[in-house]
Amino acid sequence: MPMTITEKILAAHAGLDTVKPGDLIDVKVDMALANDITAPLAIRVFDELGVKTVFDREKIALIQDHFVPNKDIASAQQTKIMTEFARLYGIKYYFDLGDSGIEHVLLPEKGIVVSGDLVIGADSHTCTYGALGAFSTGMGSTDLGVTFGTGRTWLKVPETIKFVYEGTLGHWVSGKDLILFTLGKIGVEGAVYKTMEFAGKVIRNLSMDQRFTMTNMAVEGGAKNGIIEPDDITKSYLSEHTNKQYTFFKSDPDASYEKILTINTNEIEPQVALPHSPDNVKGISELDNIKIDQVFIGSCTNGRIEDLQIAAKVLKGQKVAKGIRLIVLPSTPLVYKEALQKGIIETLLDAGAVLGPPSCGPCLGGHLGILAQGEKAVSTTNRNFIGRMGHPESEVYLASPAIAAASAILGKIGSPDDI
Amino acid sequence: MESISRVWKFGNDIDTDLIIPARFLNVSDQNELAKKCFIDVKPDFAGSIQNGDVIIAGSNFGCGSSREHAPWSIKAAGIKVVIAKSFARIFYRNAFNIGLPILESMDAWELFEEGDQIEVDLSAGKIMNKANGKQTMANPIPDFMMNIIQAGGLVQYIKNKDRL
Repeated sequence: MPMTITEKILAAHAGLDTVKPGDLIDVKVDMALANDITAPLAIRVFDELGVKTVFDREKIALIQDHFVPNKDIASAQQTKIMTEFARLYGIKYYFDLGDSGIEHVLLPEKGIVVSGDLVIGADSHTCTYGALGAFSTGMGSTDLGVTFGTGRTWLKVPETIKFVYEGTLGHWVSGKDLILFTLGKIGVEGAVYKTMEFAGKVIRNLSMDQRFTMTNMAVEGGAKNGIIEPDDITKSYLSEHTNKQYTFFKSDPDASYEKILTINTNEIEPQVALPHSPDNVKGISELDNIKIDQVFIGSCTNGRIEDLQIAAKVLKGQKVAKGIRLIVLPSTPLVYKEALQKGIIETLLDAGAVLGPPSCGPCLGGHLGILAQGEKAVSTTNRNFIGRMGHPESEVYLASPAIAAASAILGKIGSPDDI
Repeated sequence: MESISRVWKFGNDIDTDLIIPARFLNVSDQNELAKKCFIDVKPDFAGSIQNGDVIIAGSNFGCGSSREHAPWSIKAAGIKVVIAKSFARIFYRNAFNIGLPILESMDAWELFEEGDQIEVDLSAGKIMNKANGKQTMANPIPDFMMNIIQAGGLVQYIKNKDRL
């Protein structure tokens, strides 16, 4: 029976020859992850299970990234629970400050998650790893706590929607614009419970960093997972980042899809998601004089080296507009170091940016850059729900690093071409 | 199981940041989480709920983050069941896992105003407006999810299956 890449990975992990949408399957998990917000709950559940030890100390990843460096006493208590658990069970992939970065950037970068893996994480943006041709999905802490003990989980095989991107990419148009455009088309309920498979010539030419941005936001369409077939670009990324064995799965040419949507990218300009939903998307030329207070560049969506490179390209020799706060958080220590070596950090500092440590902080209104009442921000993150980055009456506009950097210079939402 | 209670109404795409803003996720104590449930949009929500009240919402309830703190805060606040046109998938799974009853119904939203008295028969899926007697049936809960409920949540379900 012909299968999609997602169905093939699920079948392989369920020990079955084939699976089809709607099948309930029991699968083995290659990597189970949680962060400083979700791990303490998962650990409580693990303790309730009453098992002697974790299923495999090399298949659990615990990452401090959300409220780090600890923002207050309560969050310090949370990370302490995680640290003690990791020490007790000898968790191999436990990341404390100094080693730690944003989970969905860190794990591929360290080669811990590879193509063909089945990954679950107590974080909704776990779907990011689909860019490597892995099946990965977010769950809650109870699911994770159980998997810490059993190494398995249950899944319902999803239907797949295939998005085929054809054409060329315009000036300053990136993977972020493609995914925002797509969300604008299908809506935040457009792929609920489903797989979003990204394909077509445009995707084949996209860098790994931009592919991660696209699969990262599959959950914003309600999807279970986002996925991209691995190719030579994936192979080259893996050769630089991992010694782990990996498997390339590909969709059969006659695999069945719930639907196939072809998107002509020739007409796509840089996109912005307006408050308060990631599907409230407009082209940059449709926006008129939206004045802003803050710009944030970072997160699991757009905090990678290529993102910072683009931002620096726009900001080189420019100054952040008076009264605008530009906050940049490189997503991992390695991204930070590379940015330093490439002169990106200096460019950003010269422009007037504030550089901070790797952290999810501002994206979820946690810390390191909170919005006041009535303030507006352009952010390279993934969600702009009410109150997401601060006060319930603040506003978040989602965009690419190029648009974010340009907006910081302009003091209003705009493109590098407007400078 | 039967409960008589009041309705709290919400619209479509109620996200987990609305249910419990991330700034309150530095604790995992359920009672603390309950105090912050819907604090930014309905500041009086947590303080006004009577044990056994019901949420009726539109489609895609619980979209956004995987934070299990969201269903926990609703459950600990005293809400007995959430009825929505549809649920986001992680929230759906989390709710069953922690034992917060949820029902899918396309019709319930039209049958109620905020504050109406409601009677819900969870096992039968029957939803009734006490004021006018109008009623509807929720979608049946899938067998597999029913097994998790009957076990008393995912942890007990896994223990019962003796897979450890």
